[in-house]
Amino acid sequence: MFKYIINRLISTAPVILSISILVFSMLHLVPGDPVRAMFVESGGASAEQIAQIRNLLGLDKPLPLQYVDYVTSALRGDLGKSIITQQSVTELIRLSFPSTFQLTVAGMGLAVLLGVAMGIAAALHHNSWFDNLTMLTATMGVSMPSFWLGLLLIYVFGIQLRWVPITAGSDMRRLLLPAVALGFQAAAIIARMVRSSLLEVMKEDYIRTARAKGLSSTKVILRHALRNALIPVVTVVGLQFGGLLGGAVIIESVFARRGIGQLMVGALQARDFPLAQGCVLFVAIVYVLVNLGVDMLYGFIDPRIQYHETPAAA
Amino acid sequence: MAESVAQRFYVQPRSETAHANVAPRQQGQLAIVARQLRRNRGAMIGLILIMAEILIAIAAPLVAPYPPLQQSVKHALQPPSRLHWFGTDDIGRDILSRVIYGARISLRVGLISVSIAATIGTTFGILAGFHGGALEKFIMGFADILLAFPGMLLALAIIAILGPGLSNVMIAVGIGSIPTYIRVARGSTLSIKGCDYVTGARSVGCSDARIMFRYILPNVLPPLIVLMTVGVAGAILTASGLSFLGLGAQPPTPEWGSILNAGRTYLRRAWWFAVFPGLAITVTVLSMNLLGDGLRDALDPKLRR
Repeated sequence: MFKYIINRLISTAPVILSISILVFSMLHLVPGDPVRAMFVESGGASAEQIAQIRNLLGLDKPLPLQYVDYVTSALRGDLGKSIITQQSVTELIRLSFPSTFQLTVAGMGLAVLLGVAMGIAAALHHNSWFDNLTMLTATMGVSMPSFWLGLLLIYVFGIQLRWVPITAGSDMRRLLLPAVALGFQAAAIIARMVRSSLLEVMKEDYIRTARAKGLSSTKVILRHALRNALIPVVTVVGLQFGGLLGGAVIIESVFARRGIGQLMVGALQARDFPLAQGCVLFVAIVYVLVNLGVDMLYGFIDPRIQYHETPAAA
Repeated sequence: MAESVAQRFYVQPRSETAHANVAPRQQGQLAIVARQLRRNRGAMIGLILIMAEILIAIAAPLVAPYPPLQQSVKHALQPPSRLHWFGTDDIGRDILSRVIYGARISLRVGLISVSIAATIGTTFGILAGFHGGALEKFIMGFADILLAFPGMLLALAIIAILGPGLSNVMIAVGIGSIPTYIRVARGSTLSIKGCDYVTGARSVGCSDARIMFRYILPNVLPPLIVLMTVGVAGAILTASGLSFLGLGAQPPTPEWGSILNAGRTYLRRAWWFAVFPGLAITVTVLSMNLLGDGLRDALDPKLRR
């Protein structure tokens, strides 16, 4: 187990290195002159201004040196300054990330609760109208754009029924609608997963034994089947977390929440490269670390999993 | 799963000599898949809706009651009525007409993004699986790096490089889904390249390129077709999301995500402005997903009843 953790940590290093190279290259992959591109919106800039920005971004140095500078500064927590506001990118991210993290965790929590409950209920009533209805809702959930669901929720619960305030904020009541909008798709995926995983587990011998003892269906599912059925769900939860982190970008825009998504979209619209690069780098690394954490969780949840190198397969 | 599908459901390669006795078998497989698909109610509903949408998109100028850009400030923000089934927007444009024209854009975005992803991904996936060695390591390493980004984030990073706009959104969404195709194509290739007919082709002196194109490609297609169907749905969803953020289609283009974006400001006064374009996205994506699920079941012999 310990060896696995060390190996897993080591294998994360090249991924983070590649992410840093990719994010660093963003500026250099811009067709034409990136500094000119930054001023397209504001209608061009003088040669002096352009030279100044080039100097500020270190674009006048050789490329490998620029990369080394970028990484060493990033390691020191310095991601440069926003071209537009001149504020420190690290500081802007530090201020906006808690809101995004709160939204993502709330969305995930709701998705797990809702998804597992729907999945169990559907499996319990396999092939009934309830099962069909739940699966139809799940299919709808996967197909519905989260930003549209967000607007529908605002319209119904905020504007028509006035149950929840629709202004931005971080208290629980203001978090509910964004969390539902963000987590619904993940809930749908989890519900399908729990249902099929449960139905699969129900065919196992130990379930037959439990039934033969005379336990009720509900008891069999909750006591014996669910524990094993939930293992693949952990994988899905890990994978979905990244999706939710990306989805938060849109949901923040719908609910006017000041998170890292809003920061990033603003940076993209203004072509503020240092800020956009900082946001992408930060979110990608958070995603990698979350996946690392989920991988490590498996060992604690399922003692049957043995950590050894498996041949790569698609 | 991808490998098992390819393993069990490979069509026999059509070599010149074997052509005559192979054709009926291939038809037989297709007929089985078609029959399976016809039995699946969800998939049929999906297929019918997609066909209808494609027809409507093609015939947009004939079907749409008004030109999509025709303004009439007098008729701004009118609720759904006999004259305007989906109501009108803030400058009096007919929302139904805009949604109908929007189908053209969304279907195009979906198809182009998926074509970019499928062409590049399949080529590299087959190359990786067929050649192995350092080339495989390099390609798979590249795929893993792309997969290290959440899909939306990667799309945003590419938009940051290329700048906002609908064509850049198609490229961004396309590049974002390349790694999935690489992985599936490589997996299927690995399971196929040991087959007797590949060894046979090699022994009669076929070039690598010919083996990959004529013998491997047709057999890795079934799992990829499923991936592409669901991929169009995903691409439409992501692209409309980017347009919703103002990074994709720009006004006055009648793109669904961008109409929704305009509509959200008027949510209190005109619910129809945001509801109908969203409904169009949902129905389209739902139909593609239903069809994709059905195709997956039909192509997987283990699930055949």
